[in-house]
Amino acid sequence: MIRKPTVLSEIARHKTVYLMALPGVLFFFVFFYMPMPGLIIAFKNFKMSLGIWGSPWNGLDNFRFFFSSGIALRVTRNTLSLNVLFIVSITFFQVLLALLLNEVRSGPYKKITQSVLFLPYLMSWIIVSVIVNGFLGSDTGTINQLLVYLGLEPVNWFSRAELWPTILVVLNVWKWTGYGVVIYLAAITGIDGTLYEAATVDGANRLQRVWHITLPLLKATVVILTILSVGRIFYGDVGLIYGIIGDNAVLFSTTDVIDTYVLRALRTSSDLGMSTAIGLWQSVMGFLLVLASNKMANHYERDGALF
Amino acid sequence: MMKLKNSATAKTMTALIYAFIGLFTVLCLAPFWLMIIGSLTKESSILRDGYQLWPQEWSLTAYQVLFASERVTRSYKVTLEVTLLGTAISMLLTSMLAYALAVRGPKYTRFIALFVVFTMLFTGGLVPWYILITRYLRLQNTIFALTLPYAISPFWMFLMRNHFRSIPESIMESAYIDGAGDLLILFRIMLPLSLPTLATIGLFYALMYWNDWYLSLMFIERRELFPLQFLLRSLVSNLMNVAISLNPKMTVMTEVPAYSVRMSTAVITIGPIVAFYPFIQKYFVKGLTVGAIKG
Repeated sequence: MIRKPTVLSEIARHKTVYLMALPGVLFFFVFFYMPMPGLIIAFKNFKMSLGIWGSPWNGLDNFRFFFSSGIALRVTRNTLSLNVLFIVSITFFQVLLALLLNEVRSGPYKKITQSVLFLPYLMSWIIVSVIVNGFLGSDTGTINQLLVYLGLEPVNWFSRAELWPTILVVLNVWKWTGYGVVIYLAAITGIDGTLYEAATVDGANRLQRVWHITLPLLKATVVILTILSVGRIFYGDVGLIYGIIGDNAVLFSTTDVIDTYVLRALRTSSDLGMSTAIGLWQSVMGFLLVLASNKMANHYERDGALF
Repeated sequence: MMKLKNSATAKTMTALIYAFIGLFTVLCLAPFWLMIIGSLTKESSILRDGYQLWPQEWSLTAYQVLFASERVTRSYKVTLEVTLLGTAISMLLTSMLAYALAVRGPKYTRFIALFVVFTMLFTGGLVPWYILITRYLRLQNTIFALTLPYAISPFWMFLMRNHFRSIPESIMESAYIDGAGDLLILFRIMLPLSLPTLATIGLFYALMYWNDWYLSLMFIERRELFPLQFLLRSLVSNLMNVAISLNPKMTVMTEVPAYSVRMSTAVITIGPIVAFYPFIQKYFVKGLTVGAIKG
């Protein structure tokens, strides 16, 4: 008689493998699953002194306040609109530079420019904030010095909220272009060379080859990467926004995203119940979007998705 | 005739392409230039004319101040320790989990994979995470607060698993037959066969630890444990801070070249990355091109 394999016998049989997985499993359990029950703070009038379980329930009050005060609208709108701006601008420059670099003959020029383009990817947003201060500082900033030199009025960059979406787009393009160039150039290199040869024989010029061969074949990569970033659209880039804007309240109207709002609430220990509610709203919406985008990516191309 | 005209336009187009790429590259480089020149400019020159692309008066004071400052050397040490310890923990945990998920025998490892994937989809959010680490695990103000929360990146873990799966199974099977256990197979066979992938993933981890300031923002209050990036942040967010940040014994009245010190601190912070960059670039490129196709 063959004994039915039980859970225990299976684990005993592959003891070493399961033991090797254990530290990793513990890591995910502790840092990702253990915080999850803490989400009930969203439904409580949370006081640090009373703790998670001791604080009194207050039903949906946190959500009601969050949505009726206009905060929800502001931070959600900023998160979504900034992310859309980022996705569009970054993708545009990544594809453009990859296409152009592909036209450059292999050699030192190509190597050096590509290396330089990639360098910003390795910089932290704190380094970027030093740079931003160097260029945009009100008295010592290079740009204001230049404006004065040209006889123009200097701009007080750090108090003009309407300018910051553009500034953040520029910084993002600076940081991410080289990264995308690497990915898109790899995709272009993967394109079958005989296609170009055939097109050349048929009399297609350079522009036509790019337009009719490279771009359509690159579309798959662009679409997949875009769908995947759309899946993350409810998550703001804390590093970028908190690293550079910090606690400068003058700029919040255009730059405050869900993540920075929650972060500040935590740092000032103000109304943690409500900021957990905002976090929950973000997690749920983010979850739905990731699932949807993943489904789309799978639909668009088998195996194109993350999981 | 037609042919001539065509080749003329083609030449102009090529020239334009080269010029545009060149311009974009120069713009990418400009911030680094500003940083380096700013760190070498005399403070009074910055106060008078702002950060220039070519200074009126050179000075090494900003670097002398840094190297004389105990805080900076300490922060440098903290960053080094965090990077080394963090990368070591990350590589160990990541490779063991990746191996367990790559082996084909055990039945329940696919549930472990799902368990990991779910963390990429849904999280408890910042506040419960913070409360857990500070109230229950009590990691604040220790080096573990700067390393453990980042120990495994699911993305790199799955990349490593896929790499292990690409190694022919027959190699593992013959090792099993020779009586090797899984630990031995991982450390003696799989890892030595995966050196380029390990280098890539290790470098991405190291970069993450080197560049991080978020965990110190969250969990570190003791100045002795400030990593370089976080020290730099305090220099940027408040000029008055510079004197106090660099030397607690210094009175605020003592003159510190705050503007150029910001830049010199930034320069020494990115120094190692830039110095190693020519040698490690190919590993980053490899990680991105493999990772982008399937995580």
